[in-house]
Amino acid sequence: MNRVVRIHDTIDDSDGVASPELDTVHGPILYLEDVTVSFDGFRALNLLSLYIDDGELRCIIGPNGAGKTTMMDVITGKTRPDQGTVFFGQTIDLLQLDEPAIAQAGIGRKFQKPSVFEQLNVFENLELAMHTDKRVWPTLFARLQPAQRESIAEVLETVGLTAQRRDRAGSLSHGQKQWLEIGMLLMQKPKLLLVDEPVAGMTHQETERTAELLLSLAGKHSVVVVEHDMEFVRSIARKVTVLHEGSVLTEGTMDEVQNHPRVIEVYLGA
Amino acid sequence: MDLANLVAQDRAGKVFLTVLTIAAVSISSLNLLVPESSALHLSTFTVTVAGKYLSYALLALAVDLVWGYCGILSLGHGAFFALGGYAMGMHMMRQIGERGVYGNALLPDFMVFLNWKELPWYWLGFDHFCFALLMVVLVPGALACLFGWLAFRSRVTGVYLSIITQALTYALMLAFFRNEMGFGGNNGLTDFKDILGCNLQKDGTRVAIFLLTALSLGVGYVASRFVVASKMGRVVTAIRDAESRTRFIGYQVEHFKLWIFVFSAVMAGIAGALYVPQVGIINPSEFSPLNSLELVIWVAVGGRGTLYGAVLGAVLVNYAKTVFTGVLPEVWLFALGGLFVSVTLFMPDGLVGLAQKWFRVWGLNLKQRSNA
Amino acid sequence: MMKLIDTPPKTVCWETLLFLLASCLCAIALMLAGLAPARADALADAVNPLPSIPMLGMEQAITRLANVQDPRVPGVLKALRDGRLFTIKTSGRMVFADPKDDGFKLADALSGEALGEAERFDIKKVAVNNALRNVLNAAIARLELDAPDARQRLKAVESVSQNPNPETLSLLAKQLPLEKDGAVREAIQVALALADLAGPDKALRSKAIHALEGNLNQDVRNRLAALQEKTDAGDYIEADSGIRNLAAVALKKIEFKLELNHLGETLFFGLSLGAVLVLAAIGLAITFGVMGVINMAHGELMMLGAYTTYVVQMLMPNSIDLSLFVAIPAAFMITALVGIGIERGIIRFLYGRPLETLLATFGLSLVLQQLVRSVFSPLNRSVSTPSWMSGSLEINSALSLTLNRFYIILFSLLVFLALLAILKKTRLGLEVRAVAQNRAMAKAMGIRTDWVDAMTFGLGSGIAGVAGVALSQLTNVGPNLGQAYIVDSFMVVVFGGVGNLWGTLVGGLTLGVADKILEPYAGTVLAKILMLVFIILFIQKRPRGLFPQKGRATEA
Repeated sequence: MNRVVRIHDTIDDSDGVASPELDTVHGPILYLEDVTVSFDGFRALNLLSLYIDDGELRCIIGPNGAGKTTMMDVITGKTRPDQGTVFFGQTIDLLQLDEPAIAQAGIGRKFQKPSVFEQLNVFENLELAMHTDKRVWPTLFARLQPAQRESIAEVLETVGLTAQRRDRAGSLSHGQKQWLEIGMLLMQKPKLLLVDEPVAGMTHQETERTAELLLSLAGKHSVVVVEHDMEFVRSIARKVTVLHEGSVLTEGTMDEVQNHPRVIEVYLGA
Repeated sequence: MDLANLVAQDRAGKVFLTVLTIAAVSISSLNLLVPESSALHLSTFTVTVAGKYLSYALLALAVDLVWGYCGILSLGHGAFFALGGYAMGMHMMRQIGERGVYGNALLPDFMVFLNWKELPWYWLGFDHFCFALLMVVLVPGALACLFGWLAFRSRVTGVYLSIITQALTYALMLAFFRNEMGFGGNNGLTDFKDILGCNLQKDGTRVAIFLLTALSLGVGYVASRFVVASKMGRVVTAIRDAESRTRFIGYQVEHFKLWIFVFSAVMAGIAGALYVPQVGIINPSEFSPLNSLELVIWVAVGGRGTLYGAVLGAVLVNYAKTVFTGVLPEVWLFALGGLFVSVTLFMPDGLVGLAQKWFRVWGLNLKQRSNA
Repeated sequence: MMKLIDTPPKTVCWETLLFLLASCLCAIALMLAGLAPARADALADAVNPLPSIPMLGMEQAITRLANVQDPRVPGVLKALRDGRLFTIKTSGRMVFADPKDDGFKLADALSGEALGEAERFDIKKVAVNNALRNVLNAAIARLELDAPDARQRLKAVESVSQNPNPETLSLLAKQLPLEKDGAVREAIQVALALADLAGPDKALRSKAIHALEGNLNQDVRNRLAALQEKTDAGDYIEADSGIRNLAAVALKKIEFKLELNHLGETLFFGLSLGAVLVLAAIGLAITFGVMGVINMAHGELMMLGAYTTYVVQMLMPNSIDLSLFVAIPAAFMITALVGIGIERGIIRFLYGRPLETLLATFGLSLVLQQLVRSVFSPLNRSVSTPSWMSGSLEINSALSLTLNRFYIILFSLLVFLALLAILKKTRLGLEVRAVAQNRAMAKAMGIRTDWVDAMTFGLGSGIAGVAGVALSQLTNVGPNLGQAYIVDSFMVVVFGGVGNLWGTLVGGLTLGVADKILEPYAGTVLAKILMLVFIILFIQKRPRGLFPQKGRATEA
């Protein structure tokens, strides 16, 4: 509980927004150690250990049921593991925090199924996601500052939705919703981005743009991408982790991974 | 966003506030200024009924805030309304003093009847008007806060929450029916004489309360409008449509829900406090689950998520109720039941939604005609 | 006797009738002329001389009377003991006389024929003294202890126990090894022990107290309690402290046993309330759990079931005993049809919008209530209880279980098992479970999901109707019947966990028992409020109820 209090007390950089103190002096920004999750006896995650370095772009692949989405659920606080530890940087124990606190600590997530606020327009969706004080009273009296408008406009430009900014999010196409969600992710200014199947339903061109965007984010941010589209993974991946039956099968470059005998066995069922 | 700006940006709100002002001024002047012999004179009874409708409208506004905007279908808002009413009723009970049937200066009649010797501690302080006002706000607010904290914290949502809120008001009804609770049991609180020294039977007092109710409704509307037009309004809408997604972008959903629930409960309490001096009685039947469901249907009929629609629905349904129960009492429940079914099936957006649809079609026709 | 002849069977022809008449008359004549006097003689011989027999010879006379083989003998002996046996001064006829107004009401001691009234001066009492009363008591007890009917014997033991004397007690002691009936045996043992307790012998007394331990008889408790009492001066009435302590221990044991019995009774009441809750909630659990549909008109469907019982009983007023067996299927069919109508007409347009479904079905409940009010009346209707359901099951003198509640517990278990069987063993059940788990997939596999929805809703509604039949046996049937149970049954579903029939069973029974346990301490209303508060707090810890559905599907 101490930790939660500290998170609200500390002040982060530019926006004057309360945000936890993230300590990445030792390299990794995210530590998962021996994480186990079971549903009704089925082990979705089985003693999973995974480390993501600060500024890294990591791709995670694996067959269906390998535990990719469950892993994201654990990191973002949606699912509580039965055992194991999850740390964000050196000091922030994610298992002590709930979803909003984790989000405010600097972990953003893009869902597999595009989930935007359909009744609100594109601009409002981005406004809600914006990195700012999200407590009740400040929200009630919040007024958009010029700088904030500016940053929303920038993101609108980045995701190519400037023309649609007054449209209801529900009326967007599937691809546009994907972009809007990526835009919301950017507005949150997270230090770690968890991106679940970002290019599903995107055209070839859009996929390329997404790849570019993710690559440009890496370095400043840490990015974890879960994707089925191997071509896409190959185009962005530096380091790939293969999950199988709830734990890490192997890690390495795309070529290393693709030639790993166990991976071939798992994927081809040989 | 200052108030003038807020009102200026809300076209429907401007219309609503204008209509409310005109109605309030004309109803009160038709009663006070036009002589009784004139055909235009409005009886004090009519003024009181209108005042009752307006207090219902304020209650409907409160329900619309939580249901229409935040998606919390509370089936217990009648309880907050009744608690506000009881707080005001207790004050007026204390004001009766020696004029009661038993002439006891301290104890209300029903306590003398029950052979009580002392005023229970929770009746202390209610002789002061300001204390009573504070309780009107605090009691419903505190209950909503406690209940909401428990319910939202454990992530009880949807129909579960509705059922639990219904259980809440049901439990309170049972409790208030008990004589031992010290709130007049079955009969509730009644036989009020005056408020702030003004005789409740006098036309002037009645009109004043009516005007106060109209004013409260106006203020309640503007306040609600402020909330829904603020960023918080957008957050609660987001919660309504995708609760867990809202969590993942960093909002403490429970806190927002709790805030708006308490705000709404306080509004409902104030509506109850305005209602009681006008109808002259408050009893446990106000807690009945049916009441709370009825007020949900006012909002549904008017059109939820619009605020003014809730007001419209409250006034229309209650007018219909007055007419029906006067002429064909046995038909009223059929009509009300039918209303529940038909509104949910055929006009999910209520009258306001229907009107908007017509306007759109009409506007489209106009456009086509001008194009042709 | 004449009455028999007045109403001959209609199909019988004239001649037979005459023959019957004749033979009946003959029989009566025979009885009057031959049989009755012959039997009366022995008794009359014994009774008639009584007034003239001197006190010293009375004992012998009584013994002679007691030995007459005649069912009327105990009556005469009791009358003699109680001073009701008189003789009419003028005729010497023996009569029973009971004081009435200023005079006495007379009845012939032998024939029982009423003889009108008489003044005190016209009759003379056959006097007995205390010694003779003892003789009489013994004689009466001996006669009654031999009675063929066990209930009569039990009564005799009780009357002996109330004013014991050495003769009757020795009779009891002799009777004990011969007695076959368990209840009578126990009564005899108690009577003997109580007599020993009253005696002077300390060893016998303490033995008696041991024998009385754990006996639930009211007399036993009073007698043991009397041993603990003090005089006004503050001394114990019972001087022997050893006996006093023994009695205190025995009393404690008895009280503990009583407590247990009381607990048993509470448990039984709680279980029966729980069974009703389960019946009411289980239909809801199906529609809510399987289809995600909240049916606020569920209570009104129960009301319809109860009214069906009422109508069935109106239609077959002469066979109330069978009416329930007609009413149960009838109520099931009617409410199931109404339910299917509701599903097809309203609910299917509202899938995925649970809050709207709640409102629409609530509106429907108002309509159904008003409909019943208009068709029947706003007043309660009373439904008769079949004879086989009335009465009670006596476990012991402190605990008896009313049969109607007992049957309702049984019935609700039956319904529960039947439902379980339908869901687990039938094709419909399989499809229902498939749709509940994955609607889209079920559809893709060719299951007609809308048909399954309608059937599921019909099943849930039909069970509501059956629950209504059960309720009609417990409460008044009125338009508000459903409302009284709807909040409670929702609480059961919430408490037990959605989508799990076992949860509903355990939840319902638990809440029922808890309610009845709380009731004596908190009162009915407060108990109810406490239960509601408890459930609100309970879902803090377990938001998905006692038996939550697990797995990733529920996380969404």
